[in-house]
Amino acid sequence: MRKIKKSPDPQQPPMSSHDVVITGIGLVSSLGEGPDAHWQKLTQPGFQPVLEAERFAPYTIHPLPEIDWNLQIAKRGDQRQMETWQRLGTYVAGLALDDAGIKGNDELCTTMDMVVAAGGGERDEAVDAAILAASESRNDRDVLLNEKLTTELRPTLFLAQLSNLLAGNISIVHKVTGSSRTFMGEEGAGVSAVETAAARIRSGQSTHVLVGGAFQTEHSDMLLGYELAGYLHRGPWKPVWQRQGAEGGGVVTGSGGAFLVLEQREHAQSRGRKIYAELGPVVSGRARRRRGELNAEIAALLKQARLPDGDLLTISAASGAHAATAAEKAAFDANPALAARAFSTLTGHMKEAQFPFAVALAALAVDRKAGYPVFDATVERPFEGAPTSVLATAIGYHQFEGLGLVKAA
Amino acid sequence: MANLRDHMGRPIVAVTGIGVVTSLGVGKNDNWAALTSGRSGIHPITRFPVDHLNTRISGMVDFLPSSTKGASPLTYELAETAAQEAVSEAGLDSGDFGGPLFLASPPVELDWADRFSLYNSDKKDAGAERLLRVARALKELGIFETTQFGSIADRLADRFGTRGLPITLSTACASGATAIQLGVEAIQRGECDKALSIGADGSATAEALIRFSLLSALSTHNDIPEKASKPFSKDRDGFVLAEGSGALVLESLEAALARGATILGIMRGCGERADDFHRTRSKPDASPAIAAVRAALADAGMSEDEIDYVNAHGTSTPENDKMEHLSLSTVFGERIGSMPISSNKSMIGHTLSAAGAVEAAFSLMTMRESVIPPTINYDNPDPAIVLDVVPNKKRNAEVGSVLSNSFGFGGQNTCLVMAREPV
Repeated sequence: MRKIKKSPDPQQPPMSSHDVVITGIGLVSSLGEGPDAHWQKLTQPGFQPVLEAERFAPYTIHPLPEIDWNLQIAKRGDQRQMETWQRLGTYVAGLALDDAGIKGNDELCTTMDMVVAAGGGERDEAVDAAILAASESRNDRDVLLNEKLTTELRPTLFLAQLSNLLAGNISIVHKVTGSSRTFMGEEGAGVSAVETAAARIRSGQSTHVLVGGAFQTEHSDMLLGYELAGYLHRGPWKPVWQRQGAEGGGVVTGSGGAFLVLEQREHAQSRGRKIYAELGPVVSGRARRRRGELNAEIAALLKQARLPDGDLLTISAASGAHAATAAEKAAFDANPALAARAFSTLTGHMKEAQFPFAVALAALAVDRKAGYPVFDATVERPFEGAPTSVLATAIGYHQFEGLGLVKAA
Repeated sequence: MANLRDHMGRPIVAVTGIGVVTSLGVGKNDNWAALTSGRSGIHPITRFPVDHLNTRISGMVDFLPSSTKGASPLTYELAETAAQEAVSEAGLDSGDFGGPLFLASPPVELDWADRFSLYNSDKKDAGAERLLRVARALKELGIFETTQFGSIADRLADRFGTRGLPITLSTACASGATAIQLGVEAIQRGECDKALSIGADGSATAEALIRFSLLSALSTHNDIPEKASKPFSKDRDGFVLAEGSGALVLESLEAALARGATILGIMRGCGERADDFHRTRSKPDASPAIAAVRAALADAGMSEDEIDYVNAHGTSTPENDKMEHLSLSTVFGERIGSMPISSNKSMIGHTLSAAGAVEAAFSLMTMRESVIPPTINYDNPDPAIVLDVVPNKKRNAEVGSVLSNSFGFGGQNTCLVMAREPV
């Protein structure tokens, strides 16, 4: 029989509080891969984004950089079981695990918890297009669907589409098996994933957690997910803050991903790991935007985040979506201490990965004791000095909001 | 006076409201009456044509207003219906719940009916290009919202007045159990004194059925639909795709007692473990499932001798039932042959994202009613799986504690331990 844990001292508080620190960062975007590449490019004043304006015209996107999948997904068989979205997420997760010195360490991987923010994987565009084309000349569309799907779908493609199979592939490829949870719901899923992971560590439910997400925009269905509400920006590319009034809805998407290793401070120290930064309060909300609550909600979240006094570098995940971005800009205008940097100007909008990406960039600035130059000189203002705290924001393009405060370790 | 804190000093979590919808009907009463009389809800598919399909039966919920309106509307209605029943039973304000929402629901995609109608509303160009052009001219958000992964929870949050950013999650066929686990953990951390956990799945579309069929996961015993789901039987040949929902109102025991609520059961512990073996198959030694069961027992502060009944995952696939037997016999040892273990899926099929929540609801009712629902269609026992599956007929029995298993594609293993009474 297994031993049952003894009851604790009743005088002790039920859940002791632990600091949450960031010990691993994995990043991929059109700018490249890894913290160094991103730091180098994002701190180059006037750096120009990598754009692809032809392939999905009239939409511009920020494409994936060249990636050697073998570096993080050793088995070709594993690579073949995934489409690009899962491969990308598994790859970025591997970068974070490597960075934290966890990859390949059985003891640490089998006790590690995981929260992945995910949408869905890629459909077979050719099969869909053929069915749609045939639907023009047939009235028995339901029968058509059965006929085509039963004969033309690749059986294992289903697994490449399932939301929780990004986490499943991370377990298979990187052996992270303590637990596996997948949150869905666009930027909000990324916020909740980080918030839940941090809360688990603070309360002692977890010692180390892999958390993050990835988005692969180079697929028509991924664009359709925005465009059914007219959210995509059309016409010439502009920085995030300058898309109001331009053709389309303001969002320019990008492929990429961000994973973080969050860890209990004592746990990180006991294994002698480098700590990038501490993750302070993470707060989230759900404004009922149709009732005009967004501005008030952002203001309330800023209060809850217990911001330090003085100038505060703020890594914004603003999407460019007109209404949400205007509300976020209004919040910055009302809080002149916040020096915003909207990174999606340079990476594009990576949906579920937005908030983990923002937290990663905030942690890098704290760690390297320097801010980022303005990404858009017409709106963003300079920030001088070494930031000891950096705020990360994610105001969803359609719904859900969150903030997190990253502090010097 | 009951203890208000558990063996780890955490607030004890009680259940004060339960709601359920399956192919057997709406609400606990209808479901329980059917379940304990051994009635199956599996029936021929009528929602779409079955030409070219190898599987032509399911446990779809065909009697709700949204049943023919697509996966998102039906999933919402299933979730709302179960949640309304649970919140009402708990005696809480169903428009101002005041705690967080955890929703297990299927991943969403643009429905084929919408895809066809968008595509055929125009003639210019073709394929994705045409869809995108038509999409950006849409004047209302109805179709868009069916493709947003957070929209169902957003609507539920409005409807029930839940607090904060709702969490929508997927752990495949373990999702419903994970939704409950997240609610339990939030209360244990002291973040809230109540939470609404829902598992809902109305995604039994033709494409979903074909996808599972292509993976050889579904039963093809079409001729007598109610006989198709036969967990632990020798001739089991796959699960039966189904829909449903389960909702629990979770509350700290302290808060529930303070407001005089009826305690319907206690969530004693949750355990999970991911499997790194294969995308759809379990590690041959069942070690992840074994670890998940043991983690749930340890979290509950209970030994394996203290579990009276197992509500099995019991999908009726050759692989699951074999693996589940191996894991349970490893954990429970010789006792396994004499402890009751039944599968609700023999009657309701596999409700996928909802299954863990639906089966937690039935587990709680099993304890309250002192009746164990049977595993039906147990006519041809698998000699390699020696279990007391409560064959074919309900059994009256005092049940003080239940282990409920949920296992899913992607290496998901989540187990819940529930008890009838506080310690």
